[in-house]
Amino acid sequence: MIDGIGLQEILIVSTIMFFLGIYGFFTRKNLITILMSIELILNSVNINFVAFNKYLYPNLMQGHFFSLFVIAIAAAEAAVAIAIIIDLFRNIKTIDVEKVSSMKN
Amino acid sequence: MTMDFQYTILIPILLFFSFVYNILWGRTRSPKIAGLISTTTILIAAVLSYYTAYQYFFNVGLVNGSYEKIIAFKMVWLHFSDTLVVDMGILLDPISIMMLVVVTTISSMVHIYSFGYMHGDDGFARFYAFLSLFSFSMLGLVVSSNIFQMYIFWELVGVSSFLLIGYYYQKPSAVAAAKKAFIVTRFADLGFLVGILLISYVTGSLDFAVLTDPNGPVMLQGASLGFMGLSVMTWALILIFIGGAGKSAMFPFHIWLPDAMEGPTPVSALIHAATMVVAGVYLVARLFPLFHIAAPNAQYVVLAVGGFTSLFAAVIAITQIDIKRVLAFSTLSQLGYMMAALGASGYGAEEGIGYTASMWHLFTHAMFKALLFLGAGSIIHAVHSNNMTDMGGLRKYMPITHITFLIGTLAIAGIPPFAGFFSKDEILVALHQSSHFWYWVEVITAGLTAFYMFRLYFNVFWGENRHYHHKPHESSLSMTFPLMFLAFMAIVSGGFFMFDFGAFISSNLVPYDIHIHWDIAGLSIFVALIGISLAAMLYLKPSGISTKMATALGPVYKATYNKFYFDEIYLFVTHKIIFNLIARPSAWFDRHVVDGFMNMLAWITNFVSGSIKGLQSGQLQHYAMSFVSGAVALALFFLYFMTR
Repeated sequence: MIDGIGLQEILIVSTIMFFLGIYGFFTRKNLITILMSIELILNSVNINFVAFNKYLYPNLMQGHFFSLFVIAIAAAEAAVAIAIIIDLFRNIKTIDVEKVSSMKN
Repeated sequence: MTMDFQYTILIPILLFFSFVYNILWGRTRSPKIAGLISTTTILIAAVLSYYTAYQYFFNVGLVNGSYEKIIAFKMVWLHFSDTLVVDMGILLDPISIMMLVVVTTISSMVHIYSFGYMHGDDGFARFYAFLSLFSFSMLGLVVSSNIFQMYIFWELVGVSSFLLIGYYYQKPSAVAAAKKAFIVTRFADLGFLVGILLISYVTGSLDFAVLTDPNGPVMLQGASLGFMGLSVMTWALILIFIGGAGKSAMFPFHIWLPDAMEGPTPVSALIHAATMVVAGVYLVARLFPLFHIAAPNAQYVVLAVGGFTSLFAAVIAITQIDIKRVLAFSTLSQLGYMMAALGASGYGAEEGIGYTASMWHLFTHAMFKALLFLGAGSIIHAVHSNNMTDMGGLRKYMPITHITFLIGTLAIAGIPPFAGFFSKDEILVALHQSSHFWYWVEVITAGLTAFYMFRLYFNVFWGENRHYHHKPHESSLSMTFPLMFLAFMAIVSGGFFMFDFGAFISSNLVPYDIHIHWDIAGLSIFVALIGISLAAMLYLKPSGISTKMATALGPVYKATYNKFYFDEIYLFVTHKIIFNLIARPSAWFDRHVVDGFMNMLAWITNFVSGSIKGLQSGQLQHYAMSFVSGAVALALFFLYFMTR
């Protein structure tokens, strides 16, 4: 336990991170920034996992492992997403998400 | 003594190979090679058939006083149940061997003749390929051991007939005639198929040997089941006879045969005079014991249809001008004779004289009618017209054609000692024993036959000399040789007082002696002579009497000339009644209701998708927005309901 800091404070931080991520995801036009916002969302979830594990079930390890999984998958996801973004840039010379609308109609 | 007849499988198979070769490679080789291959194979088939006939009648001969039915080859094709099996096989008995001989002989002659007749034609190889296909199918038909196998080959000859009638496919009339022939016969074959199914249902067998065994169990089956006052067996046989009537162009299916004359003349000789059109007669003869013992009513239908057709066609033939159409109607008339003879026949040696007579007439008719057609082809080749009015005085230019044609005409008119006399006499004897009404009908028909045939003969070879564009000349040897050969056959195939058909063919396979009944023969000769002298009076010298008679008879003449408007009636029925009352409403229903329903579904889908496609903005963040809003809405929803 960290003295003076309860579960609630940590959850507040993670919730702020989560909505920051959501906000960035909705408002940024640059695909790289959108990707970064997604990382924020994922990491806020990681904080939740670890915090719940630490505060509610200190004897178990599932929360830690789950956050490790999420980190691994986030890395893989980042690799794929960046590959897509690079390819997109090669094709249409932009990474502005509003210009990428060939699926329209 | 038993003989191995397995080699007979070669007779049809050889021709099939010839067809395959000619259709695949015929065009790329010289046309001569195609012709030679087809002609050689059919000649080999002819030799094999003669050999088979010799072996069957003289070496195997009689066993316990009757001929045997020999299954020379058998292969199970479809196995439905232990008794109901469809085989592919070869059945040899007197009539199938006779048909082998007839088909291969006429076909060989036609093959040789076509060398001259079709010379220089573009489709020479195609023509010979189709001839081979036809010969293959026809031979397969006559040796069928199973009624279903017969049906398959039956359709195959129909197809080859269609292909050959439409041989000049650039000509719209030929195409129309081919379609007409195919549709009419196909329509009749529907009856045949239903008949086969009924028979297999009632008797549980499709095998000819089982079906026609007079002491077998089949004869009694189906008699108890009735429908509309007739037993099921009777219905089955009437339906099968409808198929036979379609192929043999019996009334009311006769309309296709005159139009079929659009095909090349050798084809008319082979298919539409000598072989394919007798398939119907052959079918009835094949099932004869069944007709006679199990379904006398069906046999009477055969008699009535045959008798009526023979008179009806003879009347029409009198007025026709197209030389080939006269011959076509005379074919109808003679086929009617054969059917009537089968219809009048009893079962047994002496009582079965109608059966023998019918087969005998089939044999002699094939010879002299092929001769007449090939002769007509020779004339058409020389004059370049089918119309009798363009001909006259040809005897000076074409001596061989003239003599052979005269022999054919005398044979069909029934003048002794030519072939037609003997067989027609036996038919009249059979009818005399059975039904006096139909006997007199056929006697009158005999007179009419003599009259219209000699009308044709005098018009073409005598009469006034026409002015021809270029002098007609005798045809080449490849065309005159078949004429001479068939003329010889037209003299001797009736037996020439030396032998008779009773020694070979009878309804119960027991040979017997036929005697010429001079009382009946005398009358038929007398009637024929009246017909000939009438024709001579009217047409030997140019005279206006015939035209005056035609004008005097007015509407009757016109109706006869137009074949009693049967084509028009059928056209009226099909076009006006079936097309307007059935086809058009169904088309309307299909177009508006069935298609309309489908179109409505498509329209709804299209409309809905059109109205909601704006949601697909293509903007990633819009999608994310909807997704997150949805998630938040769900979360709130669950929070609200779960926490209460």
